[in-house]
Amino acid sequence: MCRLALKTANEPFSPYEVLQAMEAMKEGYDGSGLGLLLRGMEFEDFKYNPRFPILSGIAHSRKAEQRMDEYMDDRGYELKYDHRFAMNPEKMSGKMRYRYFLRAYRMPPAFKDRPQEEREEEMLRTRLDLRRIGEENNGDLTVFSFYPDVAMIKEVGWPMEIGEALCLWDGQIKSRVCMAQGRQNTNYGINLYACHPFFIQGIATMTNGENTAFVPIRDWLLGKNIPGYIGYQSDSEVFAHILHYTLRQLKLPLQAYKHIITPLSSRELETHPQGDFLRGLREVCRRLIIDGPNAVIGTLPDETCMLVMDQKKMRPATVGGRDGAWAIASELCGVDAMVPDRDPAFDFQPMREHTVIIPPDRKELQIWSQHDQLPLPQAA
Amino acid sequence: MVSARSVTVTPSSLTYADVPWIIQHREDRCTLCGQCTAICPKESIELTYRRVRMPKLEILSKKRGSDYKTFTGIRQKTTMANACIGCGMCSMVCPNEAIGPVANTNENRALFYNNMKGEPNKRGGRRNVEGPTLLDRIMFDRISMLTDPALDAGRHEFNVTTTLGRVLSPEEFLENTISGGWIPPTREIFPFVIGSMSFGALSPNMWLGMLQGVAYCNEVLGLPVVMCTGEGGCPPWVLRSPYLKYIILQIASGYFGWDEIIRAIPDMQCLPAAIEIKYGQGAKPGDGGLLMWYKVSKLIARLRGVPEAVDLPSPPVHQTLYSIEESVMKMIQTLSMAFEHKVPVYPKISASTSAKSVLNNLVRNPYAAGLMIDGIDGGTGAAYNVSMDATGHPVASCVRECYLDLAAQGKQNEIPIFAAGGIGKNGNVAQNGMALVMLGASGVHIGKYIMQAVAGCLGNEKNRCNVCNVGICPKGITSQNPKLYRRLDQDKVAERVSEVFMSINTEVKKIMAPLGRSQSLPVGMSDALGIADKAAAERLQIKYVC
Repeated sequence: MCRLALKTANEPFSPYEVLQAMEAMKEGYDGSGLGLLLRGMEFEDFKYNPRFPILSGIAHSRKAEQRMDEYMDDRGYELKYDHRFAMNPEKMSGKMRYRYFLRAYRMPPAFKDRPQEEREEEMLRTRLDLRRIGEENNGDLTVFSFYPDVAMIKEVGWPMEIGEALCLWDGQIKSRVCMAQGRQNTNYGINLYACHPFFIQGIATMTNGENTAFVPIRDWLLGKNIPGYIGYQSDSEVFAHILHYTLRQLKLPLQAYKHIITPLSSRELETHPQGDFLRGLREVCRRLIIDGPNAVIGTLPDETCMLVMDQKKMRPATVGGRDGAWAIASELCGVDAMVPDRDPAFDFQPMREHTVIIPPDRKELQIWSQHDQLPLPQAA
Repeated sequence: MVSARSVTVTPSSLTYADVPWIIQHREDRCTLCGQCTAICPKESIELTYRRVRMPKLEILSKKRGSDYKTFTGIRQKTTMANACIGCGMCSMVCPNEAIGPVANTNENRALFYNNMKGEPNKRGGRRNVEGPTLLDRIMFDRISMLTDPALDAGRHEFNVTTTLGRVLSPEEFLENTISGGWIPPTREIFPFVIGSMSFGALSPNMWLGMLQGVAYCNEVLGLPVVMCTGEGGCPPWVLRSPYLKYIILQIASGYFGWDEIIRAIPDMQCLPAAIEIKYGQGAKPGDGGLLMWYKVSKLIARLRGVPEAVDLPSPPVHQTLYSIEESVMKMIQTLSMAFEHKVPVYPKISASTSAKSVLNNLVRNPYAAGLMIDGIDGGTGAAYNVSMDATGHPVASCVRECYLDLAAQGKQNEIPIFAAGGIGKNGNVAQNGMALVMLGASGVHIGKYIMQAVAGCLGNEKNRCNVCNVGICPKGITSQNPKLYRRLDQDKVAERVSEVFMSINTEVKKIMAPLGRSQSLPVGMSDALGIADKAAAERLQIKYVC
């Protein structure tokens, strides 16, 4: 079972804090991978403009790096900043990669005044192209994300080792939101792309547990032929894509995600104010019903954070914090490690019907229940 | 040697050892009550007086000769019309276990004479192939062992229902919701449906007993089971009853029963579960329905709007339009309109290499509510033996191909595929059904299994009984003769229906729980399937395991 930790705070903080929370929960992973997603970036040596997309990934050889440079040049991106990690290779039991990169680019001039939707599509296409180029060259280039204000690191190994090898404690990079997953390898092979969090167009999720309904969900998503719905080296990647599908394709509110992945039963819908609409939604999205057991933790481009459980609620997850700083973790000790100065009496463990939302203002939690009215004018 | 003239030997003379079933009779136990001869549906046995010679050995006497003793025994008739069918009713009624049929293990000559008067063998039942079916050999092997505790089939909440009806894509659904457009009707049903068996093929007691059981499942047990009428309509009171919502009305090429149905539409208290348009049937592809004259009683004639005691062969195709594509399209649309677009309308076809073409037609038809595919192992009340045994396509690979075709277009949730034909052939009904679900079916139809499990149908693939066509069903399941169908207690049939569905429901959960599934029926969860047969694994795109 994997371990998950998310911290969101008004004051940017080092990802190392979240790795320390992972250390507190270390019985739960086996060193088969660490994934980190940072959002709301701050670099020590660069004044970052949050409109610049950041390309995150690993070049496994000099040639791959050059190929990537050429590609980005050709596509019209201008490199504004290339973050270099201070490296401590001896801290890592495995082999270090040739180059871990976080690079900020200026969008090609043609996209300067284009609507956000088009810019995002361009960034997605660029990322997918780079990924494809890497795969065509024996996997010598791995690209995790390309999006403004988001950076990602994924590596095989123990979280603290990776953190120390990349000197993440040195305050060079900080963020307002950090998601981390320590992976317990389950039934799919160890692969960099299989590390959580999963990312698509600003939407990211990470999950613990096993997704037993993976194959039918994957088959359905693949059949939609939506750009970016690829990969699936991990059974949890579909959670990110379902969230993307809910918000971007169907343009439904975040609360609808829970109704799609774990719909209410017919009996419960009979007394729901929007029972008919939700029954229809359940039917049309039937292939997206997850069967868990999972806790899904996600973040959105506006720095909203969320947590939902599967219907059986057979995975733990806790949220706690105070005005300005909140933590979500798969274990209570993880929350303790990330926001120790909170009142633990207000910690909350969501039940099957809840969606926990930490809005971007980080003042207080919203606990939304599936039995409540869905904030959706057309369904009223 | 006896001269040939003293015994009757004709080309079609058979002895009792030449017929498929041999009656074994023990005179020492027989009370001569005569019940066996009275109940035998084929009149295969008769009480006869027999004579045996008692040789006398009188050494000192000069008198020659023997005494003769007579006794009353059982004679087995060997004419084809009266050959034993192995139903075993004689054993059932015998107070002393003195009699019973035994399958003839020798090759039997009767096979060559099953065409008397030039009429090829017609029968009821299904393909006479014994042994485990492909579905029986499929294992559910993706057990959640590493990270997850297995679910508790007894205590967790499960949702095992499925959707019958056309489902829009999520995008279309939202658009139609906003614009007030048409959202096709759907039904949430139990994935095991009682397959199409007509009022006519089945006796009134059987059919109404099933309906009573189905109503009990829905109203008391909370299992939304539905049943399909087959071609032949419904008793008029059922059409006007609140039970109609548990019934899928079938329309087939003979349109039998539809006068009554159309007349009843204004008086209907509720809508039917769905309309099934039969284009083909797994047991006899390319052949229409057949109700032989023996079964066209006064009641059946009245329901179907035909004279009594005439054969009712439905044409092989719907004689409405010149092309099947057009016919499918227009019939679906017409029937959908007849029920104000509030009832799902779907076609039933026999499994075939051309099933995918039909499916792709349906994908483009917004009124098509699903596709029902019936495989070669499906049963029937009456068909030519050659159709049943040799014509058709197994259901598993056909369903799988159709599902993968839909999945490639991202439409697997939009057109539900239902499968039938051989589910529960060897009793493994939940296992067979769930294997098909994981191959891609949204649900399955079961007919023969229901007859066997709820009413004690004696038919099997050794060609036991299988006389549904001629209305002499010894259990009263497929007979229109009141003397026979009164043997079947309607209440007991209803009780068995509820027992069978309760048990299927539990077994389905027992299959889903170890796979870690409980929230939705695992349609298309092919990663859970394995089979110890490389060729089948490759064809079905599931794992080969050994």
